[in-house]
Amino acid sequence: MAKRIESLKIINNQRLNKDLFILELSGKEKLPEMKPGQFAEIKVEDSPETFLRRPFSIHDVNYGENTFKLLIQIAGKGTEALSLLKTGNILNIIYPLGNSFNLPDEKKKVLLVGGGCGVAPLLFLGKQLKANGFNPDILLGFRNSERVIEYDEYLKIGRVFLTTEDGSRGEKGFVTDHTALSSTEYDKVYCCGPELMMRAVGAYCRGKDIECEVSLENLMGCGIGVCLCCVVETVRGNLCTCTEGPVFNINDLKW
Amino acid sequence: MVKLDFKIGNLHFKNPVLAASGTFGYGSEFDDFIDVSRLGGIIVKGTTLEPREGNPYPRMAETPSGMLNAVGLQNKGIDYFVDNIYPHLQEYNTNVIVNINGSCIDDYVALAERINSLRRIPAIELNISCPNVKMGGMTFGINPASTREVTKAVRSVCKKKLIVKLSPNVTNIIDFARIVEEEGADSVSLINTLVGMSVDIKNMRPSLSTVTGGLSGPAIKPVALRMVWQVAKAVKIPVIGVGGITTADSAIEFFLAGASAIQVGTASFIDPQASLKILEGIENYLDSKGFSDIKDIIGYINRDL
Repeated sequence: MAKRIESLKIINNQRLNKDLFILELSGKEKLPEMKPGQFAEIKVEDSPETFLRRPFSIHDVNYGENTFKLLIQIAGKGTEALSLLKTGNILNIIYPLGNSFNLPDEKKKVLLVGGGCGVAPLLFLGKQLKANGFNPDILLGFRNSERVIEYDEYLKIGRVFLTTEDGSRGEKGFVTDHTALSSTEYDKVYCCGPELMMRAVGAYCRGKDIECEVSLENLMGCGIGVCLCCVVETVRGNLCTCTEGPVFNINDLKW
Repeated sequence: MVKLDFKIGNLHFKNPVLAASGTFGYGSEFDDFIDVSRLGGIIVKGTTLEPREGNPYPRMAETPSGMLNAVGLQNKGIDYFVDNIYPHLQEYNTNVIVNINGSCIDDYVALAERINSLRRIPAIELNISCPNVKMGGMTFGINPASTREVTKAVRSVCKKKLIVKLSPNVTNIIDFARIVEEEGADSVSLINTLVGMSVDIKNMRPSLSTVTGGLSGPAIKPVALRMVWQVAKAVKIPVIGVGGITTADSAIEFFLAGASAIQVGTASFIDPQASLKILEGIENYLDSKGFSDIKDIIGYINRDL
C-alpha cells in the first residue's frame, strides 16, 4: 500500500484521563487500507520545540465512516500540543507506515497483552482478529484503576483480564503475574507496551514456546527508513523499527 | 521559463536542488511522495567498503530546531550496493551520486575505483566529515594534511566528478576548501553536521549512545550559510550549500551567498516533499524577482560588499 502525506481533519479529541487522549481523524479522500500495527507520523504545529514528527499507532479504523483513531499519551511538549487540538483543526500526517501484526494462519488461541498507552494498536488488532474468526483473550496492565481505558471496547472482542500495579482493579501485579496465563494455553501472543513489559512477556513466551510478536516504540527521526535512527538489534543486524517493524517476532530480536 | 541548470565541470544538472546523503536513502523511499527524477540529483546513503552496523541505539536526539544523530554510517557495503541497489537507481532520470566513506585512504581509493565502473554514477561525494565514526570520516576532514592526502589519492584514480564534503568542525574552513581545490576536486559540498551533544536529564545520561553526535536542521543554517559564503569567495569550483535548508527562502539565501547548488537534508525527514517544494519555490522567487537564470543571483550579496 502506498504511503501518503495528507492533511486530515480532527473530528474529535477525546480525553480519556490525565495523560491519554484519542484523536479521531477524517480525510476528504477515501482512507488507504491500514493494518493493525501500522502507524502514522504526525507533524506537530504550534510547538516551537517540536522539530520532528511524532509516530503513533493506528488505534482503530472505521472505513464506513472514513475515519480512524490515534491513541496518544502526553509525554512531552509535542504530544501536549496535540492534546490541545480541537475538532476542525487540520493535521498533516504521513501514513500508513511500517509492517503489521501477522494474523495466525490456523485457528489458534490468541492472547493480546497491552500495558498503559501500549494498548494503542491492540484494539484495531483485536477487532481484525475477531472479524477473521478468532476469539482472542485480552490481558491489559495499568498502573491503577484510574488508568484503565476502553475496557468496554475490548469486552466486545473477547475475554478481558486486567492487572493493576496497586491492585485497585483486576489482579494486583504485572501482566506476567496474571492467573489467566496459567489457566489457558495460548498459541500466539501479541504484545505492546513499555519495553520492560514486552521483554517480560517475551521471556515468558519463549519459556513456554509460544509464538510472540511485539510492537516496538523506538525513537524515530523520519518514519520512512532513511535516517536509520530507530534501529533495533536483531539476528539480521540493526533494522529500522519504522520500516522493518514496528512489529517484530521476539525470535528475531536480541532480547 | 527560468533557467535553473548548473554544471560541475562538464556534468550537467537540470536544476540545483539535490537530496543530501543520509537523508534520502536510495531514493526509492520517496517514490510514494515525489517524482525523484525531478530533482537535480540525489546523493545516496554513505557507502563503505564493508557492511557496517553503525552505532548502538539510541542514535538520535531532537534538539531545538534540529536533531543530533550518531548513526555511524550503517550501510550494507559497496558490493551490496552494486549488486542490489545500483540496478534500481538507473531508473531515475537524474544524477545519482554516491557518498563514499573509509577508515583509511586505501578504503576511499578502492571505493572510487569500484564506482568508476558504474556507468550511471557521474560523481562521487567524498565524505571526510562524518563525525560519528571512530576511524576515518571526520578525522580526515579536520586535518589539512590528511585532507590533502585523501583528496589527492582519490583524485588520482577517480574518473568521475569529485565532490568533497567538508566538515564545519574546523578553525578555518576556507583552508580546507582551497586544499581540495588544489588537489583537483571538481566541487565542494558544505557543511556536514556540527559536533554536538544532548543530555537526558530524566535518566541522567547522555541522550546518544556515543555521547556526541552530528547536529543538523535549521539550527545550523546560519553557520552553514556563513561558511558557504566564505568558501564561495575563496575557490573557483562550484560550491554546494547544505545545512538546515528547509524552505525555498532558506535555499535562496545560500544562492545569494554564493552557492551554485544546494542539498536538502534533514528537512526530508519531516516533509518528504520538501526538496520539490524548495525547487518550485526557487523558481517562483526568480520569476517574481525578474531573473531568467539562477546564475544571475549566485553570490549576488557580494555586489554591495
